[in-house]
Amino acid sequence: MRLRIVPENTNIDFFRAARVTFGASIVAMIASIVLFFAMGLNFGIDFRGGTTIRTEAESPVDVAAYRQAIAPLQLGDVVITEVFDPSFGADKNVASVRIQAQEGVESITAGTIERVEEALKGVDPTITFPSVESVGPKVSGELIQSAVLAVLGALTAILFYIWLRFEWQFAVGAIAALVHDVTLTIGIFAALQIKFDLAIIAALLTIVGYSINDTVVVFDRARENLRKFKTMPLRDLLNLSANETLSRTVMTSGTTLLALLALLVLGGDVIRGFVFAIFWGVIVGTYSSIYVAKNIVLMLGVKRDWDKKDDPKAGTQFANIDA
Amino acid sequence: MMHIPTWRRVLIWLVCLGGLFFAAPNLFYDRVETANDARAVIETGQTNPELEADAGLWPEWMPSGLVNLGLDLRGGAHLLAEVQVEEVYAARMEAFWPEVRDALAARRDTVGFVTREEGGDPSELRVRISEAAEAATALEIVRGLATPVASLTGGGANDIDVRAEGAEIVVTLSEAERAATDDRTIRQALEIVRRRIDEVGTREPTIQRQGADRILIEVPGVGSAEEVKEIIGTTAQLTFQPVVSRTGDANESPGPNNEILPSLDEQGVFYILERNPVVTGEDLVDAQPAFDQNGRPAVNFRFNPTGARAFGDYTAENIGSPFAIVLDEEVISAPVIQSHIPGGSGIITGNFTVEESTQLAVLLRAGALPAELTFLEERTIGPELGADSIAAGKVAALVGAIGVVVFMILSYGLFGVFATVALSFNMVLIFAVLSILGATLTLPGIAGIVLTVGMAVDANVLVYERIREELKTARGPARAIHLGYEKALSAILDGNVTTLITALILFLVGSGPVRGFAVTLGLGILTSVFTAIFVTRLLIVMWFERRRPKTIEV
Repeated sequence: MRLRIVPENTNIDFFRAARVTFGASIVAMIASIVLFFAMGLNFGIDFRGGTTIRTEAESPVDVAAYRQAIAPLQLGDVVITEVFDPSFGADKNVASVRIQAQEGVESITAGTIERVEEALKGVDPTITFPSVESVGPKVSGELIQSAVLAVLGALTAILFYIWLRFEWQFAVGAIAALVHDVTLTIGIFAALQIKFDLAIIAALLTIVGYSINDTVVVFDRARENLRKFKTMPLRDLLNLSANETLSRTVMTSGTTLLALLALLVLGGDVIRGFVFAIFWGVIVGTYSSIYVAKNIVLMLGVKRDWDKKDDPKAGTQFANIDA
Repeated sequence: MMHIPTWRRVLIWLVCLGGLFFAAPNLFYDRVETANDARAVIETGQTNPELEADAGLWPEWMPSGLVNLGLDLRGGAHLLAEVQVEEVYAARMEAFWPEVRDALAARRDTVGFVTREEGGDPSELRVRISEAAEAATALEIVRGLATPVASLTGGGANDIDVRAEGAEIVVTLSEAERAATDDRTIRQALEIVRRRIDEVGTREPTIQRQGADRILIEVPGVGSAEEVKEIIGTTAQLTFQPVVSRTGDANESPGPNNEILPSLDEQGVFYILERNPVVTGEDLVDAQPAFDQNGRPAVNFRFNPTGARAFGDYTAENIGSPFAIVLDEEVISAPVIQSHIPGGSGIITGNFTVEESTQLAVLLRAGALPAELTFLEERTIGPELGADSIAAGKVAALVGAIGVVVFMILSYGLFGVFATVALSFNMVLIFAVLSILGATLTLPGIAGIVLTVGMAVDANVLVYERIREELKTARGPARAIHLGYEKALSAILDGNVTTLITALILFLVGSGPVRGFAVTLGLGILTSVFTAIFVTRLLIVMWFERRRPKTIEV
């Protein structure tokens, strides 16, 4: 007996609730954009400059005491957050202290870090500092720029590749799905105020890669079916393709999410934000390849004799059939 | 149809075995690392039984390449420094001034008195002549001092631009010369940073040029970025300057072309020195810790021929007058020249401890940084945090893999087992390639591998789902398997090429940990396509040939 998450021979009409699903996607995207502008992202030091000090102490973290200890140093905006992880024992209490970029200096001076560390040691003598990271405003500006370039570059390259391998309608559909995924991921980061740093950009690109993979599989089947069923209406054909590949889509998302879930729970707090982004992206990406990409293709329509030159058989039997 | 030629079978197995062979050292990471370190020491010529024993920990005939652990896993310091190239322009102008002065002084009857305008932009030299009407003549004279730029790209351009502003002659470095100077400065800084860090003897530091004027420094295993900064940031700028006078007042006006510098060990003592050094540390070829005749720690040094000649000439002409040994804007000592020193070697004495004299010798030997470094980015990661991350990554990867395996076997039965075998080989191959390339594994890199575990089965899933579909049309299992692989291929390729594109872009644009992620993700895609298309297929075909089943269940 085999485990079947998706029953054999499904015949789901993915377009039946098209208005609802497509509408939901648009609403979610608008909400994400609004959240992005209203709440902003909780940028890490990679993008805004400043210093992050990770502290580890035997007694519980007292955020107020930490804050009080650092306040006399007059370092401007200081954010102290406690870090939780199931792997931490009772004698391992971790916090993250973020200090804003200091006026007029590129990276924070050694003296400043020393004074902060001294002040915190006054609160808790057992405190240690497993990591200290400092990024100057000059670099952080460039990092933002290269991050935006990376995401746009990836989208363009994929657009081009899909256009090359499929029809432009598919490329537009795929890119719409990707923009959807990236927007929704940024939206959830704004909503939950999870730290947004360089690693999250890597996560965004991974989501782009994963989602496109998912979309391409459905498109590949659609391309094949377009050759096989020359007269089937596009809507039915896209539905058929999605149903045929549904089992695979769910299987792959399932295994990927399973692996990511292990990492999310057990992988430690350092990469939790990163893993969360990918985890979320896989869910959103799976949804978008079923409900967003195809809808766009259906809206745009496809010229049906597009593969005539590529397929030697197409020129004979069905040469004049056009949808 | 289901036939796979023998040579291809052999090749596939060879790749898998090769993967095992090259990935193996990573299973014994500490042991191989100790052996590698010991061998590296033995190679330099020294040896002792302990080293030999360490080297013997790992057999010589086995590959000894290991996956490099990134800073976030091993702990260490990461610094991004910007070289202040403009400082060199100022230094060049400073050095150019005597030449300009002498050239104009030779024509004093025409251009009049020559004075230097100070306090302006340090990257330009402003010279005022008293006969403003003769500015054109002065311009000609100064222009005559220009030399062609010594670089491949600077073709024909002069090293300086000279213009007249009323009675002032303004000299700046030309565009071409600046470019050439920048390049030289960065190279020199890079070399000096490398030598200084090597002197301290840390394991496999990364020192790379990044962009036009930046240097990326990654040193595993050090306690903090501060330590690294101390090693490289100490500008051991050594000069020998004539002493004008000694004073106790720091605010005393030193007079034109002079400067006032504090003494290193005498509190409240200042020296007024001529600003132009007789010899600089650049002419130094060697410096060694030593002891002076009184048995106090000192540093022996030796000049190159140019430095030796300048030093010899100066000491010959100035017997009886003091000169200052200046290190980083502080006067170490100001001995009186006792006699002509012709050989170009000498000794620096001061109130050093043995440690300080050793350190000073190292700094002098490594040379001075041509310009100051500004640190734009500093990261210190403690080794415990890295170890925690590795441990967490291992557990997560293992749990994730087991979950995926169970899921696959439940879904596809025997075919799921085949996929599992392929998945294992996939992991092995990733580590083998990482080891061969000496690539760096970072924390996001581990995430990349875990993600690969999830996605690697995708190709198998695509094929298996396809086989299931083909089985429905009932053309026999052999044909279904064959068609399954054939028809799933285009989806596998298109899907993976797009992911590969993103991995490539991540690699090009990203840095540090992100790049590590791109490497494992990209490699994971390549190896998973190989294992899914070739390894599982071979396994299935071999099983099929043995059993010849009438029906199969996927």
